[in-house]
Amino acid sequence: MIADIGLIALTIAFLFSVYATVASAYGGWRNRSKWVESARNASLLVFPLLTVSVLAIVYSLITLDFSLAYVYDVSSQAMSPFLRVTALWGGQDGSVLFWAWLMAGFVVIVLLRKWERDRELMPYVIATSMLTTAFFVGLVLFITNPFQHLWYQYGAPDAIKAVFQPANTTLYIPQDGGGLNPLLRHFGMIGHPPTTYIGFTGFIIPFAYAIAALITGKSRGDEWIRTTRRWTLVAWIFLSIGLILGGRWAYDVLGWGGFWGWDPIENAMLMPWLTGTAFLHSVMMTEKRGMMKKWNMVLIILTYSLSLFGTFITRTGVISSVHAFSKSALGPAFFTFIGLTFIGSIYLLYWRWDTLETEHSLESFVSRETVFVLQNMLFLAITFAVFWGTVFPLISELVTGTKITVGPPYFKSVTGPLFFVELLLMGIAPLFAWRKQTVKNLGKAIWQPFAGSLVVSIGWGYLHRMHPMSIIGLWLVAFVVFCILAEFWKGVKARTSSKGENPIQALIHLIGRNHRRYGGYFIHLGVILIALGFIGDSYFKQETQGTVTAGERLVIGNYQMRFDGLRGYPGSDGREIVEANLTLFKDGKEVRSLQPRRDYFVVQEQPVTVPGVYSTAGKDVYIMLLDWEVSDIDQQATFKIYINSLINWVWIGGFVMIFGTIIAAWSSPKQLETTYVLKPGMSTSLPAVQEV
Amino acid sequence: MIDQNNSLTDDGINLEVPKSRRTKGSVFIVLAVVLALLGLFAWGLIQSGKGPVDSGDAPDFTLVDFNGSTITLSELRGQVVIINFWASWCPPCREEAAYLEATWRKYKDQGVIFIGVDYVDTEKAALAYMDEFDLTYFNGPDIGTRIAQAYNIKGVPETFYVDKLGKLRGMHIGPLSTPQLDEKIDEMLAESYP
Amino acid sequence: MGHNLKRKLILALLVTLASLYLATLVYAQGTTPGYPTDNDVNQIAKKLYCPVCPNTPLDVCETQACKDWRGQIRDQLSEGWTEQQVIDYFVAQYGERVLAEPQRKGFTSLVWLFPVIAALLGLWISYEILKGWRAKKQVTIPIVENSQISPEVLAKIEEEIRKLN
Repeated sequence: MIADIGLIALTIAFLFSVYATVASAYGGWRNRSKWVESARNASLLVFPLLTVSVLAIVYSLITLDFSLAYVYDVSSQAMSPFLRVTALWGGQDGSVLFWAWLMAGFVVIVLLRKWERDRELMPYVIATSMLTTAFFVGLVLFITNPFQHLWYQYGAPDAIKAVFQPANTTLYIPQDGGGLNPLLRHFGMIGHPPTTYIGFTGFIIPFAYAIAALITGKSRGDEWIRTTRRWTLVAWIFLSIGLILGGRWAYDVLGWGGFWGWDPIENAMLMPWLTGTAFLHSVMMTEKRGMMKKWNMVLIILTYSLSLFGTFITRTGVISSVHAFSKSALGPAFFTFIGLTFIGSIYLLYWRWDTLETEHSLESFVSRETVFVLQNMLFLAITFAVFWGTVFPLISELVTGTKITVGPPYFKSVTGPLFFVELLLMGIAPLFAWRKQTVKNLGKAIWQPFAGSLVVSIGWGYLHRMHPMSIIGLWLVAFVVFCILAEFWKGVKARTSSKGENPIQALIHLIGRNHRRYGGYFIHLGVILIALGFIGDSYFKQETQGTVTAGERLVIGNYQMRFDGLRGYPGSDGREIVEANLTLFKDGKEVRSLQPRRDYFVVQEQPVTVPGVYSTAGKDVYIMLLDWEVSDIDQQATFKIYINSLINWVWIGGFVMIFGTIIAAWSSPKQLETTYVLKPGMSTSLPAVQEV
Repeated sequence: MIDQNNSLTDDGINLEVPKSRRTKGSVFIVLAVVLALLGLFAWGLIQSGKGPVDSGDAPDFTLVDFNGSTITLSELRGQVVIINFWASWCPPCREEAAYLEATWRKYKDQGVIFIGVDYVDTEKAALAYMDEFDLTYFNGPDIGTRIAQAYNIKGVPETFYVDKLGKLRGMHIGPLSTPQLDEKIDEMLAESYP
Repeated sequence: MGHNLKRKLILALLVTLASLYLATLVYAQGTTPGYPTDNDVNQIAKKLYCPVCPNTPLDVCETQACKDWRGQIRDQLSEGWTEQQVIDYFVAQYGERVLAEPQRKGFTSLVWLFPVIAALLGLWISYEILKGWRAKKQVTIPIVENSQISPEVLAKIEEEIRKLN
């Protein structure tokens, strides 16, 4: 009954989104505002309709309505209500619906807020975003419909999945469902998938505006950029959070002692993040200097296409990955949609190429403009390297017929140096002035952070002289951190001397005066802290594996682990748990007891390794129980121990990034900001004054 | 003032400016790259959607067994050939192993050949597995997974039926059970060979 | 604990332990005692991918098949094989896809080559773009010519901006 309402709502949502696409495009083309308004109203209804659908599925998941095939697939009696709700995005069918729902949500917020401001762009913003929404709702309705029932035909080996009753069948209602994949039964389920999806779908807004700007020819100006700046930032930070939470989840659940494995799916998330980050920077060039307008377009089209591409490879099994969804019939439809999006955007871009001319000339090669162009190019180079490594197995199979793997060694050694230069640019970019910078002034600004970083890295390097490469990485981190702190320091000093404020007041006012700038610095600080985590992972990781009898110890570095015994007990969610009791010693002194375990999910016949972790700011001791043997006389078990140095800085950096983004996106209504850097006497340029 | 600003970019401008040759050239390159990529993904999509080969000429191969003797499929015309892909680490393979061996013993003097292709396995575990089930038909490792790729197998166990003419007569995914294999063999044995 | 799994795990452990024991008995001469340890095995397994799992390195894969392969590496090491010999054997037996790092020869060298070319190309394009901007005359867009803003208004805007700074 409830499911039927959901299905009806879904069907109407599909019809409305198709109508909105057509009506708004026609209204925009023929200048009929009636049509556009009607399209807008239809678009506004899609979200509530999809909400009904989503609620119907969630309700069915919680109440275990096993007449639905999707509920049977991902929910079960043993699962807690919390997990039953998260099962909405735990399988293919539900997650596509969830995706469409989020996208419709973004569109509604935009339509409610921006209607009056961009009347000319609006028809095509609606058309672009609703076309995409219609596509996803269409996928849900026709290919991955979560409202399908199971039908039993006499004599047939398997039940048939269909929405309506096929001939000669009866409705089949199983007693219990299979339940979520054990790896998904984790608290992280509430965080990583929704944030990632919000990040992916959020890019539809800047993309739709970009397309609208191209169609109307308003790409010449940069209103579309100013309107979407905050949307881009929201999508970007959610994608960032999604990436970090995904890493954290992998670290806690997948049991390989790492947080980033350069798997195709991880790369598929990283690529739009890279181009999205480049986009956030290139729009600054347009706002400040009227430059890089072509880049903006290329980057937003790339970002959006790459998020589609990510979904495509995750869900169609084109490229083999650990995290892949089960294969489905999504492939051809998705392929067609990506192809059309790609070729359509390229055509529009080509058509309007000349409206995207740069307005100003470059005064000097030594200027922030140069640094911006270089950093953007680097982002693209890194994206290409990641993309190339991800699709190369497919190319190899096509050309030579040989299946190959492109694993972490490739990605580390190729993107490592590029990231190094990128981070370096991140540190020094603020030291360059717009337009022109004398080398002398640059030297003045740079020498203090540089000297400071040398002192730190020499000291540090002495302690880690067995890892010479790490010293360079640590120097980079120190240098960039000092550069950023120097920016804060300069601002605070100026205020304390000119306005007589105390340093804390000065800092707060300084940030308050320019949210974007100082928010940006905080984000940079977060990024460099994450880089510190990656350096720790690359150079200081230690591991050992061994089998010990109860009472014996395993040694790694200055840590010792004593195995005290095993115990087994039944756990929640239908699992049987075997837990090892360990005592951890550091330099001979007892620090903690740890309980790594192996959870065995009986129905799914799948084990999950839950590590025991002793976590400090400097390092994690991460212990996994791999194997055991129990006899009458004694107990024996095999453990793998990792020492993950600096890994916690990845999570700390993530928090700093979120904090910085909140500052950067915070609007300060009273404050006006010049968007163009004016050159005295250059009155012919566009002095765009804007509320921020 | 702000609104005035926005109106600056309004109408009255001819947006159609002829493109330079250089722009056109770069667009051509971009388009070619995009089309190549789309082609690649289309191919990947088709490839990933393809099931195991189950009709036409059975792809030929030569297999060397664990004792060093050799068998070549194309030299077995006139006999019914059962090709079974298996691995020692695969639990469903264990379910069918006894049935396979029993069927082999039943038909081995009637012009039927069984070939066990051991898919990515360690020799030690494979030999232990063969001992455990007392497998006496021809078994050898699929070096470099070449045979598995030729038959495009999706997993183990999979069994392919080859008739006297060397044509594939279907295949089976998952463990076999009585009397699936007997029926198939009887059917192919009944056919005449010129 | 699932009874079946437990039995399997115990069996696997026994097999590995037994092989370790036998191996050390026969080949102990000339090597460090206890060689090869789990760490020696993992050192090599790290560079290999499990041939049947989707994209999983061999050293962290916990399936029975992976345990067998690690057991095989252990046997080979105790027979005195070098790391390169073990890796070559894996490639010959299970195909090139077991290599975590694509070979730097033949067709797969392209995977290494292209990013370098792309980075250099990017550098060149950056230079061309900057050069183009450097050579540019101020303000070429036609909008400004069509501007309906009077010079007085513009002057006022500029003044306000200056005040704000």
